[in-house]
Amino acid sequence: MDKTHIIDLKNISMEYDGTKVLDNINFYIRKNEFLTLLGPSGCGKTTTLRIIGGFEKPTEGRVIFEGRDITNIPPYERQINTVFQKYALFPHMNVFENIAFGLKIKKVPKDEIEKRVKEMLRLVNLRGFEKRSIDSLSGGQQQRVAIARALVNEPKVLLLDEPLGALDLKLRKEMQTELKNMQKRVGITFVYVTHDQEEALTMSDTIVVMDKGQIQQIGTPVDIYNEPENAFVAKFIGESNIVDGIMHEDYVVEFANRVFECVDKGFEKKEEVDVVIRPEDLEIVPLEEGQLNGVVTSVTFKGVHYEMIVKDGNIDWMIHSTIMEPVGTEIGMRVLPENIHIMKKVVEK
Amino acid sequence: MRMKWTSYPYILWMIIFIVVPLALILLYSFTVGEEGGITNLRFSLDNFRRFLDPKYLDVLWISINLALKSTLITMVLGYPLAMIIAKEKPKKRNVMILLLVIPMWMNFLLRTYAWLTLLGKNGFINYIITKLGFAPLNLIYNDRAVLLGMVYNFLPFMVLPIYSVLVKIDKSLIEAAEDLGANKFEVFSKVTFPLSIPGIITGITMVFMPAVSTFVISRLLGGGQYMLIGNLVEQQYLWVGDWHFGSAISIIMMAFILVTMAITAKFDNQKEGGGGLW
Repeated sequence: MDKTHIIDLKNISMEYDGTKVLDNINFYIRKNEFLTLLGPSGCGKTTTLRIIGGFEKPTEGRVIFEGRDITNIPPYERQINTVFQKYALFPHMNVFENIAFGLKIKKVPKDEIEKRVKEMLRLVNLRGFEKRSIDSLSGGQQQRVAIARALVNEPKVLLLDEPLGALDLKLRKEMQTELKNMQKRVGITFVYVTHDQEEALTMSDTIVVMDKGQIQQIGTPVDIYNEPENAFVAKFIGESNIVDGIMHEDYVVEFANRVFECVDKGFEKKEEVDVVIRPEDLEIVPLEEGQLNGVVTSVTFKGVHYEMIVKDGNIDWMIHSTIMEPVGTEIGMRVLPENIHIMKKVVEK
Repeated sequence: MRMKWTSYPYILWMIIFIVVPLALILLYSFTVGEEGGITNLRFSLDNFRRFLDPKYLDVLWISINLALKSTLITMVLGYPLAMIIAKEKPKKRNVMILLLVIPMWMNFLLRTYAWLTLLGKNGFINYIITKLGFAPLNLIYNDRAVLLGMVYNFLPFMVLPIYSVLVKIDKSLIEAAEDLGANKFEVFSKVTFPLSIPGIITGITMVFMPAVSTFVISRLLGGGQYMLIGNLVEQQYLWVGDWHFGSAISIIMMAFILVTMAITAKFDNQKEGGGGLW
């Protein structure tokens, strides 16, 4: 992947009527990467996207596009196109006219418009749909038209605001792969907004996890899943057991009234921390071999694995395992040192 | 189509108040007979033939001309106003709509009378003009006064339908157009305006129809001698007592409005499926 930055967001803050929705956002987007802004609703991810698109002006901070400050440039002068959440297709135009809209505005010659629209329709698998009205299309087809309408302008960056939110699960999975393939084929930088962590993990090169208007972590999907920086990220990405712990010294942590070896260091002595363990990292072992033990209180079949809740004192451990232990069984559990993630407690402001 | 018994009252209502009067007007227009009576009628096209007299055609022409002018003026004034209101925040929007509608709470006649005192020879405006040392102006009892009355009375009927269409246009469509490179003017001409056409059509219908058939505004602001098609009908019914000719004029008027509406609806249907009236 190209290392040059195409977009830099510098100290972006945003306020609406006195409430801060974005608080000092800093990150960069590299050329041709698939970057996802991930977070729960109200975390500021859509606002961030709208600032990049030019639909909102940040209260503070700069947006740099290829080295040029574009903070005050209106959307129609940016080489950025957007796929809107509800597609925002023009209802008074047919499929062809919708896709051709941007090219017509730019006064591209007619035969070239024809050619490029045709090409786009092929790319999004909608050949022969030129004359169709927007109402007659299914959600998935409208989605494709929206993508074609944006991509036909050959933008340098494509912004996508939860574009798959309105589709059903199966179609969503299909479109995820399709979008990712499309992005590789056309070689355009994609900035994608979603609250669906699975979607983010499957499609992205880089994920920016946001919460309460702040960036929680930036990294590759693997980094973010395996090395969440704080309890929020751990909880939001995949499922996690988060328990209170005390750091005795480097590489030694106490939680659930036991002392464990771990791989983290750099905490103060006796510092209170959050301990995060993924449910699939808790291994079921015979009672006498367990570092932890408890009684199974519930079992749910999840398809690939079983999800079990194991009560250990006042902690409920969630375990994912292909082996099922019936409710009421007392079991032992083990966890490898590298699977114990220690995080600084987040001080609530 | 099967009808539920609950619809009978409405059907009855429609028969009494719409079908019967229409049928009577049709009957009268194609017959001649004694004054006001329903017996002794003879079929005849005389009433329609009579209308072809240039002096009546003139009246028709003046009426249409004035109605078209007032429709055009309300549109030119109303569209920007509707746009301004639709752009505001909901709270301010409601206040503005209220201000627009409040005059309509007053009686139509009173509202028009109010213009008499404003425009009259010794009215408010002339009072100020003479105080400033100018000669009083002839503001009333002419075409312009009637036109003013029409525009004033019918403006809300143009603004409201356009406003309600504009306010419903999805903001993301505007943003999408901007995103695709359209500047403010292009956004308006290629997205906002085409999407508001149904509202304009409704507005035109709502203004043109009452404007072309009004007789109150022309009577009050045009003076006793002023004759529009509505006054002609009124005169035939109330003063001359020729219900047959009055009915024939009404039928001609209705046919004319019908044709006009069909033409406007054509514009509407080109873009959107299913128009309002058709």
